[in-house]
Amino acid sequence: MLDDFFIRALIAGIGVALVTGPLGCFVVWRRLSYFGDTLSHSALLGVTMAYSFELNIALSVFIISSAIALILIQLQKKTNLPGDALLGLLAHSSLAVGLVVIGFLTFIRFDIMGLLFGDILAVTTTDIFVIWTGGAVILLVLKLIWKPLFASTVNYELAEAEGLNPDRAKAIFTILMAAVIAISIKMVGLLLITGMLIIPAAMARNISDSPQKMVLFSVIGGLLSVILGLFSSLEFNTSSGPSIIVASLVLFILSLLNIKQSIKLKN
Amino acid sequence: MSDKNILVELHKAGFKQNNKWLVEGVSLKVEKGKIVTLIGPNGSGKSTTAKIALGIYKNIEGLVKKYTNKIGYVPQKISIDWTLPLRVYDFMLLTEDISDEAIDEALALTGVAHLKDKNLGNLSGGEFQRVLIARAISKKPELLVLDEPVQGVDYTGEIALYELIKKISDTLNCGILLISHDLHTVMTATDHVVCLNGHVCCSGTPMDVAKNNEYKTLFGEQASQILSVYEHKHDHVHLDEGQIKKN
Repeated sequence: MLDDFFIRALIAGIGVALVTGPLGCFVVWRRLSYFGDTLSHSALLGVTMAYSFELNIALSVFIISSAIALILIQLQKKTNLPGDALLGLLAHSSLAVGLVVIGFLTFIRFDIMGLLFGDILAVTTTDIFVIWTGGAVILLVLKLIWKPLFASTVNYELAEAEGLNPDRAKAIFTILMAAVIAISIKMVGLLLITGMLIIPAAMARNISDSPQKMVLFSVIGGLLSVILGLFSSLEFNTSSGPSIIVASLVLFILSLLNIKQSIKLKN
Repeated sequence: MSDKNILVELHKAGFKQNNKWLVEGVSLKVEKGKIVTLIGPNGSGKSTTAKIALGIYKNIEGLVKKYTNKIGYVPQKISIDWTLPLRVYDFMLLTEDISDEAIDEALALTGVAHLKDKNLGNLSGGEFQRVLIARAISKKPELLVLDEPVQGVDYTGEIALYELIKKISDTLNCGILLISHDLHTVMTATDHVVCLNGHVCCSGTPMDVAKNNEYKTLFGEQASQILSVYEHKHDHVHLDEGQIKKN
């Protein structure tokens, strides 16, 4: 018989995978993986804020990640530094500040490993509620901005010329990124959230010939990764985040085999 | 002419990038059912002018008034990323949801109906160009902006596509802003020609422009040989980058 904590983790994980699937496709298409890293590294600061001021972790992470995204946009406008340097600057400095702040919070016992790599034991019913309602809102907003976001991903000027307002879609998408990181931090851990976004989407790219199919396969890949990962996490007593990511890596490798076969068939 | 026929209007518009004018002082208007052609050498600001008219460039000098949002755009350069699995069919639906019939019809008009399920990355340059035109016209736009729309298309296809563009302008009664480096092929259809070289060199009917001395200077004697030669005094000199030399 499965334990309650495991059922909770499973429900939470499925909720996360449903959201990271479609968002992950945009992260791959728009080349935002380092942007995702930066936002998730800054999430540590959000977690320490949550402990310091007794806020909800997801809410606090969402606020800090959105703030970091805003700072990034301002820095891009005001400096001549290349984008990747700014991303690295923000990612590592916010991670470092977060770790330093943790050092000061001696009155709280921290499970650093759980924060960095996810902890299925820590998933509460409140977390499930946050993940599923937050996730539903994220998916709804994504559906609303899908057309301008997708069009500007293919070609910014076409979208702008034909009146789709791509800048607004981009800004909203940035907030969605912060939100998805906020809801998945407990499950996957802040070091590996970008992996959860990218790897199932990359797997899906290998086996799809249209954007809709890629989104669908990305969601399926994410769901399988979560289920496989959580069961092996329970079985081998490993952290949930790495277990889920390893499962998605296995699926990615399988999708590569699929490509090889289809090339053979063509020849 | 009544004002409600105007689709887009530029008044002394210009755009500066890195302290260098890409184009300045352009005034033109595109009306319903009319074809306006921009010509000029490379780097003369043709594409920039189109992007100003479309509202792609934001911090511009002068005024742009756009009176329609039903716009079809064929950009000069477009690169589709391999990270996106995109079929011709998906591309047709990019900015507006249109019916399957409208998609088939537009693809058939530009002669690429058979490519509907192909991946965009596998098309040849000419095929892709035809798909771009099909996408722009399938929306039944009020304003079509075509930036070198027939580049890479074979010669017979080029003539057929220009005929198609003329037909679309008539049947949809839409205004067209056309960019071309070749005045000959677009002459018959064009109502108004604007010759650019960093600014408006000359403008008018195709005949007026072809007779213009500046046009001849820009394009060489041969370009105007087929037309009657009419000399007029060149009142300014161009620097290498196309700006007017200040005396």
